[in-house]
Parts: sequence; C-alpha cells; structure tokens
Amino acid sequence: MTRIDRRSFVAGAGLMLLARPARAARTVTDSAGRTVTLPDRIDHVFAAGGPASVVVYAMRPETMVGWPRALRAEERPFIAPAQRDLPEVGLLTGRGDTANVETVLKMKPDLIVDYGSVRPSFASLADNVQQRTGIPYVLIDGRLNAAAASFRLLGTIFGAPERGETLARYSDDLLKSLDTTLKSISEDQRPRVYLARGPDGLETGLRGSINTEIIERAGGRNVADAQDQRRGIAKVSPEQILAWNPDVIVTWDRNFHDKIANKGDDPLWQGVKAVKDGRVYLAPTAPFGWIDRPPSINRLIGLRWLANLFHGARFPFDIRQDTRAFYKLFYHVDVTDADLDTLIAWADGKPPSLPARR
Amino acid sequence: MTGSRAASRASWIVPGLALLAIAVAAVAVTVGAFPVTPDGFFRAVKNLWSGDLPQTSEERVLFGIRGPRILAGLIVGASLAGAGVVYQGLFRNPLVSPDVLGVSAGAGLGAVIGIFLSLPVFAIQMLAFGGGLATVGLVYLVAVAVRGRDPTLVLVLGGVVVGALAGAAISLLKILADPYDQLPAITFWLLGSLASVRGGDLWNVMPAVLIGLVPLVLLRWQINVLSLGDEEAKSLGVESGRLRVIVIAAATLMTASVVAISGVIGWVGLVIPHIARMLVGPNFERLLPAAMLMGASYLVLVDTLARSLGRIEVPIGILTAVVGAPFFLWLLWRGRHGWS
Repeated sequence: MTRIDRRSFVAGAGLMLLARPARAARTVTDSAGRTVTLPDRIDHVFAAGGPASVVVYAMRPETMVGWPRALRAEERPFIAPAQRDLPEVGLLTGRGDTANVETVLKMKPDLIVDYGSVRPSFASLADNVQQRTGIPYVLIDGRLNAAAASFRLLGTIFGAPERGETLARYSDDLLKSLDTTLKSISEDQRPRVYLARGPDGLETGLRGSINTEIIERAGGRNVADAQDQRRGIAKVSPEQILAWNPDVIVTWDRNFHDKIANKGDDPLWQGVKAVKDGRVYLAPTAPFGWIDRPPSINRLIGLRWLANLFHGARFPFDIRQDTRAFYKLFYHVDVTDADLDTLIAWADGKPPSLPARR
Repeated sequence: MTGSRAASRASWIVPGLALLAIAVAAVAVTVGAFPVTPDGFFRAVKNLWSGDLPQTSEERVLFGIRGPRILAGLIVGASLAGAGVVYQGLFRNPLVSPDVLGVSAGAGLGAVIGIFLSLPVFAIQMLAFGGGLATVGLVYLVAVAVRGRDPTLVLVLGGVVVGALAGAAISLLKILADPYDQLPAITFWLLGSLASVRGGDLWNVMPAVLIGLVPLVLLRWQINVLSLGDEEAKSLGVESGRLRVIVIAAATLMTASVVAISGVIGWVGLVIPHIARMLVGPNFERLLPAAMLMGASYLVLVDTLARSLGRIEVPIGILTAVVGAPFFLWLLWRGRHGWS
C-alpha cells in the first residue's frame, strides 16, 4: 500500500466515523490484500481483461463500458442484447496493455476490476494503473476454489450483496457437491487427462496452472506435470503424449478436434488410448469457453460437463436443463431451443463452423 | 600447410561428415520420452520390412513420430545451412544468413496470419511457405526497380526494410490475437519446433528442397566465380545478373519450404557455413555438401536435446543459439590463425 493510499484510507475511515457525508468514500480490501477506496455508487466498470469481463458481466452487466475484444458472431446470441454491441476496449493490466489510458479515462469508469492471479507482481501492476489513472482498481482472486469468496467480495464492491450471494451460492454448491462425491473416488479411478491447445494440439497447461485446474477439480488427473515449480503453458513432444497415454483428451480447438476425432489419419493420435476409446471431447466456446478461454467463472458450466464426462452418473448433468439454467443465471439470456441445440451439438464434437461429419 | 595436403584432408572431410550425420541420426533414434526396447526396435524394423502398417505403440513412435522428426531435422538443418552458404557467397559477407532477404520474416508473417485466422495446420504451413517466397520476391522487385546502384547492397537493404515491415505486421497481429488461445501458439511457432512434424510433411517438403538444390549443384562452378565479385565473374564469362536470380530463387525455395514445417530456426544458417568454411575452405563445390551435412547433424543433435531435456519441449530456436554460440566462439579462438 502506498503512502497516499494509506492516508486517504485513514481519512476515509475517519470521515465515516464522524459524519457519514452524502458521498462518503468506502474502503474494501481486495483479494491481494490491497485497501482500495471506492465511491458509494458503482455505475461504470472497466474490466481489465478477459476473465474480469466475464465476472463483471455476470455480476452487473449494465455497468460494463466495453469488452476486451468485440464479440464474434457465434458468441452474440448468448449475450444479453444490451451488451452485445459494447465497444472493444482492449486490455489494461499495467503490462502489455492494448487499452489507451486516455480513452479509458474518457469513459469515466468508477472502478477497474481485474480477475485472476493475485500474486505480488499483479498487485504492483494494479497499484501502478490506479496511480496513473486515479481510478480505483480492485484485484479479485480468479481461482475456481475462490469463486464463492470472490462473488461475495464483488457483491460488496458493487453494492449488490444479494446478487453476489446468489452467484456465490451456485459456485459453493457446485464445488462442495463435487468434493463430497470425489472423496469416494480413489486416485487410480480418476481418468488421466491431457488438455490439448493450439492447432496441432501439442500445447498444454501444466498441472497447477490456472488453465488446467479444472481437470483436477472435475476429478481427473492432468498428465502434464513438469514436477517442478513451472506453471503455465508449455509445448510437449508427441512422443511424450504417447508415453503419457492419457485416458481422456479435452480441447476447445475445433481444427485440432476435427483432425483427430473425425479424420483419424494421424499415426500419433491414433495410438493414444483416449482416441482409440473415443474419449476426445470438444468444449464449446460461446459466449465464453467451457473449460478455459478465458479462465474465469465461465468454467463452472464446464466443470459440471467434465465431471460428468469423467465419472458418468456419479455426477449427473442434464446438458439441456443445466446449460439453460447456467446461461440464464450468469449470462442473463433465455437461450432459444435452436441456440441450445447448437451448444449441445458443439459439446458433442460438432461445432457450428465446421460441417458435420459422420 | 601445402595445397595438396589441404586438398587430401578436405577430400576426407565430406565422407566423414556424412558418417557423422548417420551416426547422430542413429543415436537420436534411440533417445526419446517413449521407451523403446532393442527387442521392440528390431521387431518394428522387421515388421516394416515385411510391409505391415504400424500397429504397436513402439512402431508408431519409431515410424510415425521419431523417425519423421529425425528426417525432418536432417532436411531442415541441411537446407538452412546450404542456403546460408549460398547467401554468404553471393553477398560476399560473413554476416549474412538465409534470413537476409526476409524469408523467415515473411514465412513468420504467413504462419501468424494462419494462426490468427484459426486455420488448420496444413493451411498455416502453406501460408508460411507462400509468405516466405512472396517476401523475397518483393525484395527482388525492389532491387530491380532501383537501378544504378550496387545490386547486392540494394538487395540487402530491401531485405532489411521488407523484413522490418513483416516484423511489424507480426507484432500487430500478436496484439490483436486472442491472448488465451492464439498468442501462445504464435510465440511457439516463432521460436521454431519440429515437434509436430509428421511423415506427410516430409513428402510435401522434399520436392521443393530438391528443386532448389539441383540448380545449386549444376551451377556450382559459376557460383564459385560469382563469389569473387561481379567484375571478375564478367571477365570469366559468367553473367552475374541472371545467375544471381536463379541462385536466390533456389536458396529461397529451400529455406521457405523447410521453415514452413519447422517454424523460425535462427543461427544454423549463419554459423554452420562458417564452421564448414573453416574445415574445407571457401571452394563452393566442397563447401556446400560439407555445410549441409554439418547442418543436418547439428539440427538433429539440437532437436534431440529439445525433446529429451525435460517432459516439456524446449523451443529449438533457443537451443540452436545456446549450443551453437559457445562452440562458435571456441572455433573462432582455435582457428584465429587460419581465418582468412
């Protein structure tokens, strides 16, 4: 915390104790332990990146000033009409920014929200942006395990505690019921899973990274374990994949899925157990990815889907009902039957942009 | 050292380098993440001999993954080093590499466009190939349009300018790309890797490499003359302008086709020609095979490290520099007496 923050914090706390003026500043402590002074009302919010845009949209869509990137045609039906045409505003995390700070200031946001890692480097980047713009910047923990706590914190920040509680309870119920059932499933009953990324499927997320935590959470074992402190995305060799011989392959890359699940002319992948057993699963990515892309609360629906794929009836999942309910609760849309069919076919390996093959 | 002794030494070097390349490839076959027993190896070879399709995992690894990858390493290394020799001789400049006319930058841009548009792997490779050829073509047109100046100078400057433009376009696409999906793929492609090479890729690349290699072999005497300079070439009856087009086209074809399957791999085309020149001297007839064989051995060696150092791959573009740079410095220090 910088000296200026501390001083304004003390001043704000003092004012609240003394008089409670009309536009009293509140203070909250974000997930990184930073104390941030906020205005009473939050009407306009700038989401610093992809993951943040999903939570802000889920919490209070009407506060959004834009998307990090404009929505694609196939994503639009799953977003409420009022937010479909919001402008593309870029990223603003203090590193590799594509948002123009002056443009951000012109939009007069009351708050900048970032969602994801809360390590010290991100905390200092948040401080940096906050000092340069003068706009309060909160950093919220984006881990799946922290989902409920993060929704409650966002409820406080947005002044919408009921909404935060509703979403927190959904996350809590889901994660707790998964944990309860997973207790009875021993380590060797859990499928060994490879998460394939990139057009050739040879990129993956290492165990422990935010990109793959959904595998362990859904009761699988990520085969990509560097067995050291390395995290994040890595390239692996095809031989390594054959040596791992995963039971299940999960991907959201349609080209890659099409290549190995439908064409079947590739000697490498044909030798992998998951391909031989027909257990290669394609995750839908509309409006946001079911398992990643971005790593945000959009993964909750993917968590249900994956747990069911990994363990069958032990994790009941009614794709039609549960998807409709999740999209209604988090994405504020009543999905039409036709759009729901698109999603279900997509999760069944027949995505919209590629012709269906049998 | 007398001329005849040097010549007799040099005549041994090329067959020796060929044996080295075979030995490196043979060792590379035995190394990898997937355990292959000697027994399984011979059974796999026997089955292949009798014409059966790969069935067991061991056969798949040997003939579907490791074998094609090692062959690709040989072809890519040989092509990059060969093109490096050609370019260095053509521009009479030791700092020149196959990238000088922008082939890598153009191929990189083509591939990045492919990844940005989420195209399948084969389309990405074709765009990389086309991008490399188109960039060099553009540079050559610039050089033709600018008359009355030293043609090699204009070519090099044109390559720098067009290469910088392609680099800027790559950076722009990286900014626009999806940071959770496309950006890692772009980064990995630009660092180079043989990880995704399949048997089919070799069949696509070999014809282009051979088409590029044939004129270089046929014109080896003229290329030697060209490296003396335009004036000397003219006095020996070699028409340098047309020869230069053919040689650039041939070397570019080789580079662009291998870069399409390997991604950008720097350093090989710059340093291997120097090491080869230290061993066999500047005569193109011996220099070309020596450099190609050394490039082949070197890339297979480095790629074997890339796939066996850890459970995850180390991008090959990083290793070529890390392994090559100290070795090159050592050679410079050792050979400082006989450099020119």
